[in-house]
Amino acid sequence: MKLEVRDAVVRYGAITALHGVSFDVDEGEIVTLLGANGAGKTTTLRMLSGLHGVTSGHILFEGRDVSATPAHEFITLGIGHVPEGRRIFPQMTVEENLEMGAFARKGSYSDDLERMYTTFPILKERRKQLGGNLSGGEQQMLAIGRALMGQPRLLLLDEPSMGLAPMVVESIFRIIGEIRDAGTTILLVEQNAAQALRLADRGYVLENGRIALADRADVLLTDPRVRAVYLGEDAV
Amino acid sequence: MSRITTALRTPMSRRLITSLATMAVVALMTGPSGSATQPTVGPSGSFGEHVSIFGLFPGPRWLLFFIFALVMWGIWSFWLRRGTTIRTAASTLTTPPKRAFAHRPVRWGFYVVLIFLGVIFPHLVTSQYWQSVMVEQIAVFVLLALGLNVVVGFAGLLDLGFVAFYAIGAYATAWVTGSLPTPAPFGIHLNPFFAIPVAIALVMIAGVLLGTPTLRLRGDYLAIVTLGFGEIITIFANNLYGITGGSYGSGGVTGKHGIPHFSINLGPIHYRWTLNPVPYYYLILVFVVIFIVAFSLLEHSRVGRAWTAIREDEVAAESVGINPLKYKVMAFAIGAASAGFAGVVTAAQTIFIFPATFTLQVSINILALVIFGGMGSIAGVAVGAMVIQTGSMYLLHTPPAGYQPADLYMYLGALLMVTMIFRPMGLIPSRRRRREIVLTESGEGHMNEVLSGENP
Repeated sequence: MKLEVRDAVVRYGAITALHGVSFDVDEGEIVTLLGANGAGKTTTLRMLSGLHGVTSGHILFEGRDVSATPAHEFITLGIGHVPEGRRIFPQMTVEENLEMGAFARKGSYSDDLERMYTTFPILKERRKQLGGNLSGGEQQMLAIGRALMGQPRLLLLDEPSMGLAPMVVESIFRIIGEIRDAGTTILLVEQNAAQALRLADRGYVLENGRIALADRADVLLTDPRVRAVYLGEDAV
Repeated sequence: MSRITTALRTPMSRRLITSLATMAVVALMTGPSGSATQPTVGPSGSFGEHVSIFGLFPGPRWLLFFIFALVMWGIWSFWLRRGTTIRTAASTLTTPPKRAFAHRPVRWGFYVVLIFLGVIFPHLVTSQYWQSVMVEQIAVFVLLALGLNVVVGFAGLLDLGFVAFYAIGAYATAWVTGSLPTPAPFGIHLNPFFAIPVAIALVMIAGVLLGTPTLRLRGDYLAIVTLGFGEIITIFANNLYGITGGSYGSGGVTGKHGIPHFSINLGPIHYRWTLNPVPYYYLILVFVVIFIVAFSLLEHSRVGRAWTAIREDEVAAESVGINPLKYKVMAFAIGAASAGFAGVVTAAQTIFIFPATFTLQVSINILALVIFGGMGSIAGVAVGAMVIQTGSMYLLHTPPAGYQPADLYMYLGALLMVTMIFRPMGLIPSRRRRREIVLTESGEGHMNEVLSGENP
């Protein structure tokens, strides 16, 4: 098991955002977490990247309890985080952004840089441009590339399709598939349920801070409840 | 009636009205001050008093400021019409030197010339006043601005209590040289040279102690806490009579001896610094060069890149494995080092130190130097400090008619506002920010126009 979350409870003061959530991600899988606004998706990812601690419960990464690890140590453990809203460094060039991704690494990373440029040819074209001057899709690619520069074994993606045109979302999702094929396990948090379920192996649906549904992605895709709520179709 | 209001709304007349209003305010502010018994003296004197108009003929003040307003209106209108042409011409003119500057020999040659100018400078300025100003008000503030630039410019942390580190450096010097009412550590009175490492170590510890609990705060909250820290240090210095001498200064009520000057006793070499500012100037010059080299190496090191990342996006910085707290505390401690050294020099040169030297106003003043010079730009803050400090000392020395020392901060404020409007990146923007402007000019970027300061 790559990642195991056991009965995780997260509270913001008096408000409980997650009421004992459990799920797991296997080696080489793409698992997606779906849910409406306020269901607890972002809280789950904040918890998984150390930005918010768990009140109770455990997070095991490769069998090791990481629930008390500070955020900046996650990348050294092997968990990469592509934050919501991309959050690239706006005044650094594309290349500097990618180099920052390798900050926690020791030794040379030039071959990884080349690999990023093969995966994202557009970033090579724009390498001397400032991150803030890229389009939304390019910024998303840069954010993913930056996280990959830290050589994660598990990649957390928070709403990679947010605010992007359908065609751009298409190519981002294709790239996510390629990243998995290259050997990185992926946990994808998405609002775009149709796209995410078509790509993922398995999915979980969060509702009010609890896991409401858990199944294979193709099963969820045909599940009438999922179709009704997330895919905008009338309940059968 | 409506025709008049329409006429007043044209951009041309709006600019004229703004110019007139601005100059009316300036006339009031620079005019004589009133009193409780004669409250109307201020306004009436500000406009009615007779002055020499450009040394040509005598006339009332309102005429002088009316002419100023017309000039301002003229320049403004001219700039709006020809500004773009002038800016383009200026950037065409400055491109070849900028390109030449990218070559290493040219750059090093430039640095050598600068250092040479720095060395011969005291021989060009022979006035007693300017020689001491050069040390006490310019060189010391260059050091302070360089230090604050690490905190504000590199790491992006707003520190409103930077004077605290300056004060700690100065009081530490008084302490280890045995010049405070409290006995020196182990009863040994050290030469100020040995106070340098002690003071720098102490301010760095103070930086870590202040930083570790407070740097979890962001933005405004941090500014308030640092503001408080600056005040606490001044209040300590004021109230701990037995230790610091209180408001009587380091000599205390009993009139203890002053802080000794620097001196060198190395085998056959004996040299003692005196009240003469020139040797102090050279001492500071050496340290300014050391700090500039150290800080610019830091800026381009791994630590500097971590600072840039934190400044631009803290969450993203954490996601790539940067511990924000650790690097922020480092910025605090490293920035404090140069302030600590400035404190040592001030203490040794002025012999007695007083809490009144280390006020909030000094913190604000240093921040103004950094903002004016260009946050994050070492050359910028150094030049900014020289320009502003020279200007304010000139006003103090040869005040124009009607100028009062308290007016200084008003002018400084106006200068900062003008800087923010026309050159928001400062006098000499840092390379990262300059690159941004170049991107915008070449049309590749679509940066916010206000940010790059390109168009009004």
